[in-house]
Amino acid sequence: MDIIRYILRRMVLSAFVVVGVTFLVFIVAQVVPSDPAALYAGPRPTAEQIEKARQELNLDAPLPARFATFATAMAAGDFGISYKSRRLIAEDLKAYLPATLELAVFSTGMALLFGVPLGVMAAARQGRWPDRLGSLGAIASVAMPTFFLAMLLQLVFAQWLGIMPLSGRISREIAISAPVPQATGFLLLDSLLAWRPDAFADAARHLVLPALTLASYPAGVAMRLTRSAMIEILERRHIAAARALGLPSGRILFGHALPNAMGPALTVIGLSFAYALTGAVLVEIIFAWPGLGRYVSEAILAKDFPVIAAVTMVVTVCYVAMNLIIDIAQALVDPRVALT
Amino acid sequence: MPLSDTTPLLEIRGLSVTIPTPEGDVHAVRAVDLEIGRGDIHGLIGESGSGKTMTGMAMLGLVPKGSRIGAGRFHFDGQDLRQQAGRLRGRRIGMISQDPAAALNPVLSIRRQIDDVLRTHRDLPRAARRAEALALLAATGLPDPEKVLRSYPHQLSGGMQQRVVIAQALATGADFLIADEPTTALDVSVAMQVLALLRRLVAERNLTVLMITHDMDVIAEACDRVTVLYAGRSVETGPVEEVLNRPAHRYTRALLGALPDAVPRGARLAVVEGSFDDPDPEGAA
Repeated sequence: MDIIRYILRRMVLSAFVVVGVTFLVFIVAQVVPSDPAALYAGPRPTAEQIEKARQELNLDAPLPARFATFATAMAAGDFGISYKSRRLIAEDLKAYLPATLELAVFSTGMALLFGVPLGVMAAARQGRWPDRLGSLGAIASVAMPTFFLAMLLQLVFAQWLGIMPLSGRISREIAISAPVPQATGFLLLDSLLAWRPDAFADAARHLVLPALTLASYPAGVAMRLTRSAMIEILERRHIAAARALGLPSGRILFGHALPNAMGPALTVIGLSFAYALTGAVLVEIIFAWPGLGRYVSEAILAKDFPVIAAVTMVVTVCYVAMNLIIDIAQALVDPRVALT
Repeated sequence: MPLSDTTPLLEIRGLSVTIPTPEGDVHAVRAVDLEIGRGDIHGLIGESGSGKTMTGMAMLGLVPKGSRIGAGRFHFDGQDLRQQAGRLRGRRIGMISQDPAAALNPVLSIRRQIDDVLRTHRDLPRAARRAEALALLAATGLPDPEKVLRSYPHQLSGGMQQRVVIAQALATGADFLIADEPTTALDVSVAMQVLALLRRLVAERNLTVLMITHDMDVIAEACDRVTVLYAGRSVETGPVEEVLNRPAHRYTRALLGALPDAVPRGARLAVVEGSFDDPDPEGAA
């Protein structure tokens, strides 16, 4: 089968990307002009302390040997200790990564859910008011600065209307008096596993505003891309043929034109997912969301190299996985993709 | 024979289609008379731009937005197509599109593309639709319908694609089919097979076909009657043998004279004179 061969080929390529990034991360650590041993030894270290740290970190071993150690540790999920906090990085990631993934998945889903149907509608009513209104909305949602939209949403929905929580992942009452037992770190999943509908609803409400903020840009881009792809597809002869066969216009739009027009939107959605993983620092700060973006930006300022490396690796794997999913989705939507 | 069988299925008098464009009105169809009897395969022949495809589109109610349709009479089985075209489309009037490679959606399986037509026009449960799809594919002479059903258009040859397009048209349940250049995209031997298939289906299923083409060979091979279109006007109509052997109109003679066979070997091919901008050209009208 073409499609299975295609998926296998994509997976091998993905593995190469991960190995390549591992190598790059390691090399960058070698050229950064700061002494890891000095950082590791703590503030105002003596020469002996630095020398001790150097031995502890095995910094005197030859480069290939150190890369091997680094790569095997990464593969085993052993990211080492933060120079700064001395905490196990893997423990930190267990808290931050699910929060970030939850937000990224939801905002990506929202972008698809809003952007694609609006693009289809605009294309179907090209040049008339639904198109003009939708296109204006798309430009606004792309042009609006993230932090401004975040604060605007907070002002309207949390401050004025009071129907959405201002920030955080879950209400204090639930977190303190009846916390959800942590199993996966994904609050929505955990509250379902523990069968806590109250906690589920609360966590979902906390997700809405930050997810909406993050979805704004990709939804606008997806809308524009879907619109232009649909306009092109609707001119094709097979659409005229479907009309001549008397198919209802809704089925022609969503069943016969949209599958051909999904490609560009899927691609931009994949990119926006990657962006949401670490690029969402401002959103995380404004909504007090305990995500990877804040974690890694603090690590960068502190030159906390093991943390930076760990986050880079984790984000790479997430991104590669997402791309793989999108490639497979593209091939399922359009079987000709698997032939290239 | 009941009375309704003697009245023509399609009756058109003085059809015109005017398409507004920023550069002014385009008179795609000026004055077409067309009468098609039940069970006939009626050819509509003319050069590109003579208005033959737009005539077919008007019957389906699929003219470009803003177009004006004028006609003394534009009736299908007693119903006025000016109001009823949208309702009859797919129910009574079906379409076999030209260039099957373009007429089939490249990203949908054949099963989806036939099933969608069945779902729209026939009230059948899923399993019955599948059986019907297989029967239709078999009726168009496709070997291994099961395999075709699972295929995507790019996995089929041009002739197979055209048979799938014909199966789609049959799936609507329509009894009048407009075949728009059904063989132009095919090589000659496959084209002849497809025409034979159409003839057989017409006889087996009591169909009536309007065959739009620019190819005299298609008319000679497949049609009972023919109407010749020139610059948006029907200039001659009659039984195929009569029109081919004793063309009454100068344009028809010019068209026949332009066939490669009509010219002695080695001589220059004849050219049809005149242009559509000048509806009364020397040598044609």
